[in-house]
Amino acid sequence: MADRPGGRLPVLRDALTGYALLAWMQVRSALAYRTSFVLMALGNFAASGLDFAAIALMFAHVRALGGYALPEVAFLYGTGSLALGLADLLVGSLERLGARIRDGTLDTLLLRPAPVWAQLAADRFALRRLGRVVQGLLVLVWSTGHLDVDWTPGRVLMVPLMTVCGAVIFGAVFTAGAAFQFWAQDAAELQNALTYGGNALLRYPPTVFARDLVRSVTFIVPLAFVNWLPALWLLGRPYPLGLPGWTAFLSPAVAALMGAGAALAWRHGLRAYRSTGS
Amino acid sequence: MSAGSAGPLIELDGVEKVFTVRRRAGRLRRTRHEVRAVDGLTFQVPRGEMVGYLGPNGAGKSTTLKMLTGILVPSGGRLRVAGLDPARDRLRLARRIGVVLGQRTTLWWDLPLADSYDLVRRMYRIPPAVFRANLARCTELLGLGPLLDVPVRQLSLGQRMRGDLTAALLHDPEVLYLDEPTIGLDVVSKATVRTFLRELNTERGTTVVLTTHDLTDIEQLCRRVMVIDHGRLVFDGDLAGLRAAADGERTLVVDLARQLPPIDGVPGARTVRVEGPRQWLAFPAGHSAAPLVAAIAARYPLVDLSVREPDIEALVADLYARGGAARPQPGDEAPASP
Repeated sequence: MADRPGGRLPVLRDALTGYALLAWMQVRSALAYRTSFVLMALGNFAASGLDFAAIALMFAHVRALGGYALPEVAFLYGTGSLALGLADLLVGSLERLGARIRDGTLDTLLLRPAPVWAQLAADRFALRRLGRVVQGLLVLVWSTGHLDVDWTPGRVLMVPLMTVCGAVIFGAVFTAGAAFQFWAQDAAELQNALTYGGNALLRYPPTVFARDLVRSVTFIVPLAFVNWLPALWLLGRPYPLGLPGWTAFLSPAVAALMGAGAALAWRHGLRAYRSTGS
Repeated sequence: MSAGSAGPLIELDGVEKVFTVRRRAGRLRRTRHEVRAVDGLTFQVPRGEMVGYLGPNGAGKSTTLKMLTGILVPSGGRLRVAGLDPARDRLRLARRIGVVLGQRTTLWWDLPLADSYDLVRRMYRIPPAVFRANLARCTELLGLGPLLDVPVRQLSLGQRMRGDLTAALLHDPEVLYLDEPTIGLDVVSKATVRTFLRELNTERGTTVVLTTHDLTDIEQLCRRVMVIDHGRLVFDGDLAGLRAAADGERTLVVDLARQLPPIDGVPGARTVRVEGPRQWLAFPAGHSAAPLVAAIAARYPLVDLSVREPDIEALVADLYARGGAARPQPGDEAPASP
């Protein structure tokens, strides 16, 4: 076959094609076991639904949590879950890298004409992961109807913006965590602590946590930019660390930086794998 | 054809691969040391050749194959496949090579065989006409026609192997790498695969590099044999050359009229085995059997006879044994390939 000229664009095209094809094959494979697929999807949706039910139940006994009313907590919950849900749906399979290195099947991915990151991200693409996305979206929509805020165009725009940035930030954590597995093949739990664990943190207002914890998720692993900072600006609340108001708009920059950092880590890890073997 | 069609398809010049292995030495201390899995390989494979690549486990076969496909980056030396540097141009190279790893399938377990081929078509962007022609040819020659609608998990090992072979050839690769292509297959499947590979090589001119433990594969398929041991090429030539290089012995099997003591006094031959009236005599591969037969017939009641060529397994074992002096220290084996 004829060579295509090298460069960035064809690689991007290969990545998208590879991702879409493999994700589609995964969905079809899952549908080979139809009953199991339906049960899994329902179970997933129910499990994430119970999640919020627990918070709602809490509010049956208290009027506010850390000074925040139910719609406000629901807003945090919805934006956080939606961001994590999207990242998990799209690139969550990256955590399987370690397993693939251990059983040697990463090599078969390296033989295909598509970037390994895209192939691996689609490796276990599962529609049942839509459960968290749908549930997060429902809670978010409900909360926006009950919040007492003035929906200026800026505030309206902030919701999709922070969702996308949040998904990118979580995606970067998935990627960096997977890259770490090039060296430590059983380190999937580390990134799970940051992604799923981080999300469990972000659904409550920062005021209920110790300042040191809030500091570390702001400055060390900046998950606070997923929803806390932009959401607090939207809700008209002060951020506990006394950061200036404009930091609420830093999410895109933080997302871009984390994405670039994760990409570097990934390249580095892949290079290490290809030069050491396993 | 694209770049690099003038020179050899595969070119290695002093290619090395050094792994750093950490080993426990005491409770916490770890020592690092280097293992040369591939140690200065130099060879060329012209277009259209069919090469057998032999070596014991850990000799560096898989490591070489992984460098040729761009999975691993060489630690030194120069490596070109179809004019490309595999490690740097892995994605571009992927469209021009086909790889079958005998132990590992690329087919989709839960989907019909045809779906896996459709994925290959889209991922490699194979023009529809090329795809149809290649698929039709492979399915016919490999007898896959009735299996296209069957989920891969229901295929036998031999059927899956043939399925993988087809998947690796749909995009018209210039070179096909096979890692243990006949391992675990029954006799019929082995024969089908071998016939197919021979056809692929002679009719379509596809270059084939195969590693195998089944020496019948080599005997039936490869004009050229390369033997690697401890990362070095210890032999490169044809089968006859391998026999000569290894000082192989031919065996003369004689059936006598009755059980007799071991034949002796025949110059250039020695009796290695006696079983009733049948005796086995070994003699150097370079010698003719005729004088031996005459000498035996003159003194013994000879009923029947046959001459056996040394099998490659014995030859290769002999080569390794003689390379023993140059071997690195024991325990320095290359890491087992995944």
